[in-house]
Amino acid sequence: MLITKRNAAKGLAALAGAAMAGDARQAAAQARGGTLTVMLANEPPMLTSAFNTALPLGSVSTKMLEGLLAYDAQMNPRPSLATSWQASPDGLTYTFRLRPSVKWHDGRDFTSADVAFSAMQVWKTMHPRGRAVFANLTAVETPDALTAVFRLSGPSPVLLSALHAYESQILPRHLYEGTDIATNPANAAPIGTGPFRFREWRRGQFILLERNPDYWDAGKPALDRVIFRIMTDAGARSAAMENGSVDIGFFSPVSLAETERLKRNRNIEVTTRGYEYASPMFFMELNLRNRPLDDVRVRRAMMHALDRRFIIENIFLGYAEPATGPIPVSSPFYTPDVPRYDFNPRLANQMLDEAGYRRGAGGWRFTITHDPVPQGDEHAQTADYVKQAFAQVGINVEVRRQDLASQIRRVSQWEFDMSSNPLFAMFDPALGVTRLFWSGNINQGTPFTNVSGFRNAELDRIVAAQATERDPESRKRLFWRLQQIVMEEVPLLYLLEVKYATIANTRVRNHTTDGAAAFGSFADITVQR
Amino acid sequence: MLSRRLLQGIPIVLGILVVNFLLLNATPGDVVDAMVGQMGASDPELVARMKERFGLDQPLLVRLGLYMWNLARLDLGFSAFYNMPVETLILERLAGTALLMLSSIGVALVLGVVSGVAAARRFNTAWDMLIGVAALLFYATPVFWIGLMMLVLFSVHLGILPLGGMSTIAADFGPVEATLDVLWHLILPMTTLSLFFIATYTRLMRSSMLEAYQQDYVRTARAKGVPEGRVAYRHVLRNALLPVVTVVGVQIGALLGGAVVVETVFNWPGLGRLAYDAVLQRDFNLLLGILFVSSVVVVVVNILVDLLYAALDPRIEVG
Repeated sequence: MLITKRNAAKGLAALAGAAMAGDARQAAAQARGGTLTVMLANEPPMLTSAFNTALPLGSVSTKMLEGLLAYDAQMNPRPSLATSWQASPDGLTYTFRLRPSVKWHDGRDFTSADVAFSAMQVWKTMHPRGRAVFANLTAVETPDALTAVFRLSGPSPVLLSALHAYESQILPRHLYEGTDIATNPANAAPIGTGPFRFREWRRGQFILLERNPDYWDAGKPALDRVIFRIMTDAGARSAAMENGSVDIGFFSPVSLAETERLKRNRNIEVTTRGYEYASPMFFMELNLRNRPLDDVRVRRAMMHALDRRFIIENIFLGYAEPATGPIPVSSPFYTPDVPRYDFNPRLANQMLDEAGYRRGAGGWRFTITHDPVPQGDEHAQTADYVKQAFAQVGINVEVRRQDLASQIRRVSQWEFDMSSNPLFAMFDPALGVTRLFWSGNINQGTPFTNVSGFRNAELDRIVAAQATERDPESRKRLFWRLQQIVMEEVPLLYLLEVKYATIANTRVRNHTTDGAAAFGSFADITVQR
Repeated sequence: MLSRRLLQGIPIVLGILVVNFLLLNATPGDVVDAMVGQMGASDPELVARMKERFGLDQPLLVRLGLYMWNLARLDLGFSAFYNMPVETLILERLAGTALLMLSSIGVALVLGVVSGVAAARRFNTAWDMLIGVAALLFYATPVFWIGLMMLVLFSVHLGILPLGGMSTIAADFGPVEATLDVLWHLILPMTTLSLFFIATYTRLMRSSMLEAYQQDYVRTARAKGVPEGRVAYRHVLRNALLPVVTVVGVQIGALLGGAVVVETVFNWPGLGRLAYDAVLQRDFNLLLGILFVSSVVVVVVNILVDLLYAALDPRIEVG
């Protein structure tokens, strides 16, 4: 009985869908209500991203909690909880006018006190990137309930780029003040200002959000419910996409081969847009403390030994572009004017010979270990390719496989020669790029810092200068020079710009409208039924 | 007698816990590495503060002592990753695991014993061959593959069974409908898991029946004119059940973690997956909690199996 009822409903839905397809555009304009089911490959540890940047967490949290600003596809700031903002001429004061009559999901008023609390107590003290971004922030003044004034000890041009709901989330002061913020129960059941309210989290199964009828953007959101289904098996995710029991998945939710297969299904679309905000770059870190990786001639030869095209076509199946440096092509800070390292194993061999690392017993020049990041098949296969490619030039690579915690520990304790990492460059290089090269960020035991141990006086000056440079053009030129230094000195081997795939059922509309689709509020998404 | 056996179990469970604790802490990386690894960003002060919050700045023996002290007060501690009490997490998953494991072992036991007996009674016939080949096939096929193929067939192509999960999300069902809904979700994972168990029990039952048929008391029974059916069920089956009971006991002992693969493929919220994730996340309090509960179950089930032996075979005494 139960089964037949369901099938009947499904059949009706399919008929209705076919009828709508004729005039989809008009139907989309009318679409209201419905449920969006999103698949998550990993369970988030909590649902507040104000001080934890894990991906599944950011994907869920940004529907309930908001930031001062949103960003368009070109990463220009747009109003969110702040309706207008102004920097003083000296760049030491930013004044934000806040949106009036915004309510927290528990009915309390959202005010400037929430902004001050979040900035000073949470972002500046607890956020893994926020501690650097808000280093110059000395105080947030609240002259009235709808004005927040950020006081800085020095200019901070990155500030206005860092106020997204995923990066710098506003938490309700009335629930957090005077508590242990890290263990506050509201982290698992957030009270926010966003278009969706938290309803239920069954660990290992799903997270259920429901429409916030009092959302400040009247009439939004279009959806009644958003369900995040936690599905840890890639095969099951693929099957769920295929039979339509989930609507969408972000960050390449199934293997790339499966993605290509699903793409042929006419009910499924695949896009690689919507990741410009994060800009994942795939590179290999070298431990410059270890011989012979301390020799720049060796590092340049290693660059010539790798065929990026091969990796992109055969391993990433086209879901990547070659990286020319640490900053992605889509970034306004990008320059193509850097030293290039074309695939040329003969030249690599010659360079290694000239550097004095001649082939010894077995044809090996030297042996290094490699700790590839244990996330996804592509990274494992790339490690296999790298081993073979380096063997062609006489470098013996011992690949060490382990789980994430072990790999992170090894690399952050500097007990490695080479490791691979798909890390977010972020849309402002000050958020995701400088941390890898600045000598002030050499910290044993801390992952995602300058683990190579790279030191370069000019680069250090650039990192310091860009942090306070208020002229956008001059700041760009500083980053151009940074890219040149990195590609001259090659402390890391830059391989690819990773293109994540978003896989969506065609009944889902408006899922990718800016550079941070997965971290969007979902207020505009509609689902045809 | 029973209380003595239970008392003997206490030092065993404690020993297991201490060994587990030391082994887990010998693995490279801790929960801070795992959490920061997933964040993709970090900061030295942040790392130091997290280590302090999770007590990782304390020496190993201090942490062990603390853990044991909490356990003595029946406090399994706090999960660092989920930011929740370990008891809550385990209790949330216990029902799912028990439902899945007990139903599949139950179904498998009935079908396995029946087909094992059938094969043994028709020893060396086409029936026997057929049952043997089927059992071998299911025994040798990886569980995850059977599971995925069942998903593709019944959920994707036929669309008659749900694609994973334990219940329809956010449905407003009454108690009867909610129960039916869970059972409907249970069909595929239970079938997948029981196929493997059926294969085991069939093979075991068949060989154990054949062995019992060779016994003198069977010849005696036949000589005094007991009908063949009565010989099979009264004399052979009861004796042949003992090895099966042993294996079922061992498998129920592994109940809490035994279904990781099926839980993963069918997105079934069970303890196996929770334990697996806890390993990857280095969430040692959670993992120790699960191992603690598992070892208690193993000890209790072992005692129950011994009692069952005595019931099946009066020659055996529980001591």
